[in-house]
Amino acid sequence: MTETLTDTNANPMGRPLRRKEDARLLHGQTNWTDNIQLPGTLHMAILRSPMAHAKITNLDVSPALKRPHVVAAFGAKELGDLNGAIPCVWPVTDDIQMPAFPALAVDKVLHVGDCVAVVLATDKYAAADALDAIEVDYEPLPAVIDMEAAIQQGSTAVHAAADGSQGTNVCYEFPLKPQGDGAFDAAVKAAGDDVVVVKRRFINQRVIAGFMEPRAVVASPMGMSNEMTIWSATQIPHILRVLLALVTGLPENSLRVVAPDVGGGFGGKLQLYREEILAVQIARHLGRPVKWTETRSEDMVATHHGRDQIQDIQIASTKDGKIIGLKVDLIANMGAYLQIITPGIPLLGMFMYPAIYKMPAYEFNCVGVFTNTTPTDAIRGAGRPEATFAIERIIDELADELDMDPMKLRELNWIKHDEFPYATVAGLTYDTGNYEAATAKALDLFGYDALRVEQEQRRASGDPVQLGIGISTFTEMCGLAPSRTLGALKYVAGGWEHCTIRALPTGKIELITGTSPHGQGHETAWSQIASSILGVPVDDIEVVHSDTGRAPYGMDTYGSRSLAVGGQAIKKAAERLVEKAKVIAAHQLECSVDDLEFIQGEFRVKGDPAKSQPLAAVAFEAFSAHNLPDGVEPTLQAEATVDPDDFSYPHGTHLCAIEVDTETGKSTIRSYVAVDDVGIQVNPLIVEGQVHGGLACGIGQALYEGVEYDADGNLLTASFADYLIPSAADLPSFTTDRTVTPSTTNPLGTKGVGEAGAIASPPAIINAIVDALRPMGVNDVKMPATPENVWRAIQAGNGGAK
Amino acid sequence: MTHIPISVTVDGTVYDVEVEPRQLLVHFLREDIGRVGTVVGCDTSNCGACTVLMDGKSVKSCSVLAVQADGHEVLTVQGLAEGEHQWHPVQTAFKECHGLQCGYCTPGMVMATVDLLQENPNPSEHEIREGLEGNLCRCTGYHNIVKSVEYAADLMGGAK
Repeated sequence: MTETLTDTNANPMGRPLRRKEDARLLHGQTNWTDNIQLPGTLHMAILRSPMAHAKITNLDVSPALKRPHVVAAFGAKELGDLNGAIPCVWPVTDDIQMPAFPALAVDKVLHVGDCVAVVLATDKYAAADALDAIEVDYEPLPAVIDMEAAIQQGSTAVHAAADGSQGTNVCYEFPLKPQGDGAFDAAVKAAGDDVVVVKRRFINQRVIAGFMEPRAVVASPMGMSNEMTIWSATQIPHILRVLLALVTGLPENSLRVVAPDVGGGFGGKLQLYREEILAVQIARHLGRPVKWTETRSEDMVATHHGRDQIQDIQIASTKDGKIIGLKVDLIANMGAYLQIITPGIPLLGMFMYPAIYKMPAYEFNCVGVFTNTTPTDAIRGAGRPEATFAIERIIDELADELDMDPMKLRELNWIKHDEFPYATVAGLTYDTGNYEAATAKALDLFGYDALRVEQEQRRASGDPVQLGIGISTFTEMCGLAPSRTLGALKYVAGGWEHCTIRALPTGKIELITGTSPHGQGHETAWSQIASSILGVPVDDIEVVHSDTGRAPYGMDTYGSRSLAVGGQAIKKAAERLVEKAKVIAAHQLECSVDDLEFIQGEFRVKGDPAKSQPLAAVAFEAFSAHNLPDGVEPTLQAEATVDPDDFSYPHGTHLCAIEVDTETGKSTIRSYVAVDDVGIQVNPLIVEGQVHGGLACGIGQALYEGVEYDADGNLLTASFADYLIPSAADLPSFTTDRTVTPSTTNPLGTKGVGEAGAIASPPAIINAIVDALRPMGVNDVKMPATPENVWRAIQAGNGGAK
Repeated sequence: MTHIPISVTVDGTVYDVEVEPRQLLVHFLREDIGRVGTVVGCDTSNCGACTVLMDGKSVKSCSVLAVQADGHEVLTVQGLAEGEHQWHPVQTAFKECHGLQCGYCTPGMVMATVDLLQENPNPSEHEIREGLEGNLCRCTGYHNIVKSVEYAADLMGGAK
């Protein structure tokens, strides 16, 4: 069963190698941020607002100073100029409202969990204890919680206008409104009598990332210089370094950011957080290491949330089912402040609503809204799960309206495999895909026809347990991202990735990547890619990452980009290294470069197999530099920084059979088949694991998870006891398989896989439940489809859809 | 605050120390004696990341006070395999079946599995899923964790 890691003769690409990471992780030999204990460390505890919206009328931190072990305490006043503010790096429109987002609240708190004051103590328990001593008075203001009410005239404003007058809760409005034939209304009108329009409102509820390792940061200043080392449980050490420099004014070249072992992220650690700024600024001010590790209860109110959109969707087709247009109107919850890419998240979805379908007309509008809630930002899929949910749900609704099999409707409208590359109505060009092949495989694994027969039988017999079949034929854009595209979208940074490969004199390889794994197995997979080119055993390759001191260039890990973009840099760097080595090898072997071939880690003279030079010998020559050819510099290393030409577009067909107890509303997944096309796979074991995890995340959203606030803005789901992360007992085993259509937007032919399951699965689940209940007059079920929500949909016979 | 003397054995080493009465066992393990392989994932005893064995039975070490461990034997993931570079069959199985990704839930998941297989050496998939209900994982979707436990059961059965 075990694949050996040291068989140098076999190309490791595409093999299910067991992970290099696992030995340490399985033996508890880990280096989580919270493990770091530096001499003189001060533990930071944070006083958070218990109110969603209030003026701070009095704040006195001084009583905390009298508590044992307390060294310092700060409110915004005490922190003064050190109170940095979170920048938003994605101002999506010219007139976007970008209010200040101070690390410690000044005068007003805007959501439950807003940071009000901090205590620094030599003991962790003592720091938490001393928060009780801080005196703070609030004058409550009306909480703005409901998005639709928030954008009504006269609503209380979360933020005052720049001139101090009554503000608006509209953060921005982003329209994509084509003129002429591309306009939705024009397309409907042109169709005359031969048109069916279906309109639905879907609620894509607010969720949390739920990474298992709580966030943590340690900031360690280095004496009188500005040098500072910051360990953080982050997905983005490189971006964090730039942002911390910009926010704190500390020179970027004196900051070293390290993301040591990071226990999951799912977008929730793609952020610059208030606590990171506070730790750095206070460490700098006090000249001592400052450490903060969140409690899970803090995580629930202070780590960004995701999704939270109201989606008004209209789809139009001819009466025989050809889609002629799609109109999307979103209201997207920003929360109380803009985190680094908050406003851009719904716009990542903008590109994906047309999904795999051909249609001449598409309109999109998004209104971003401020509310007195925790800020939102990227969570696994980031905009694309919302879009995929809406399109895959409304396709089923259209199929019902047309009285067509939902799979037949999809086949009628999807892009055929021989129509790629295909320019979509949303402005993307899908390079490749084969929706027919993935669907055929999924239908076969699922037993679609037999399940439809059973469904009919249950309906006919009036079985209280009904069977539903859910389909999701999804695609997504991943591999963030071509820098020019990001620039056109007003995103401040680029989307390139970097790799440096060093052949060390001892024959070992050091592969330095700008990606920053937190569970994805990059150390194994990147070794496989490099090994396949360099012919060096996987175990002789050390992947260095997530430390700006050792891996200075990178754009980190999110958006299913690490392989699709970072993989290109690895390939190019490895090939450049071989090119340089070849010149040295030719000199050593006294032949021309053109006479050499590079096979299994050796340079061999063509036609004279006895004459060869292993890469390690070349590396030693480059190190000793005793006999290098003229003009060749010592050391053997190569680097590459690659900006991707385009996104890649994974796709797949997910099918779900769910039994719904119509008396209790309980839904039970009977089978789930996921056939994904993620292009060329470096390690299918890791690919499968990513799919499984994505499915659990998406099924969590569909069946179990949902952030709830009361009308006063209190978070009702503020712990793992109240917010249901699915356990093993809540999920089934999955049937997964792949079709392979190589991407042509990168030379490895890879696509992304990290988000696929989370994007595809929510509509598969809800479509299945609605399918089971449609004879009962149900055409929507609110997520999460808890027994209560399903039961209510059955009782209403109308599921709450408008 | 008053400190109380305790004597507790962790991974085979006896620690005679004084602790605050309110100190959680997991904080004692991590902060006082540096057994940082055991981790904290929540504050409501839902996630199980901190699971260790006390006198051979699994406990969530965030729900045990250090003083309650007085006179008891605690086994963490770091002491599970006997000797340097050794692997317990459950650890082997998790690697073989890709039963971990980020690895944060892993110490607790492994220790809970050890206890589960002690009680039920040949669990069904349903029994595995129910048995690990108190341990949350956000990466794997549990699919490969279930496979790992089944494989570990095979390995340990084979050793009998």
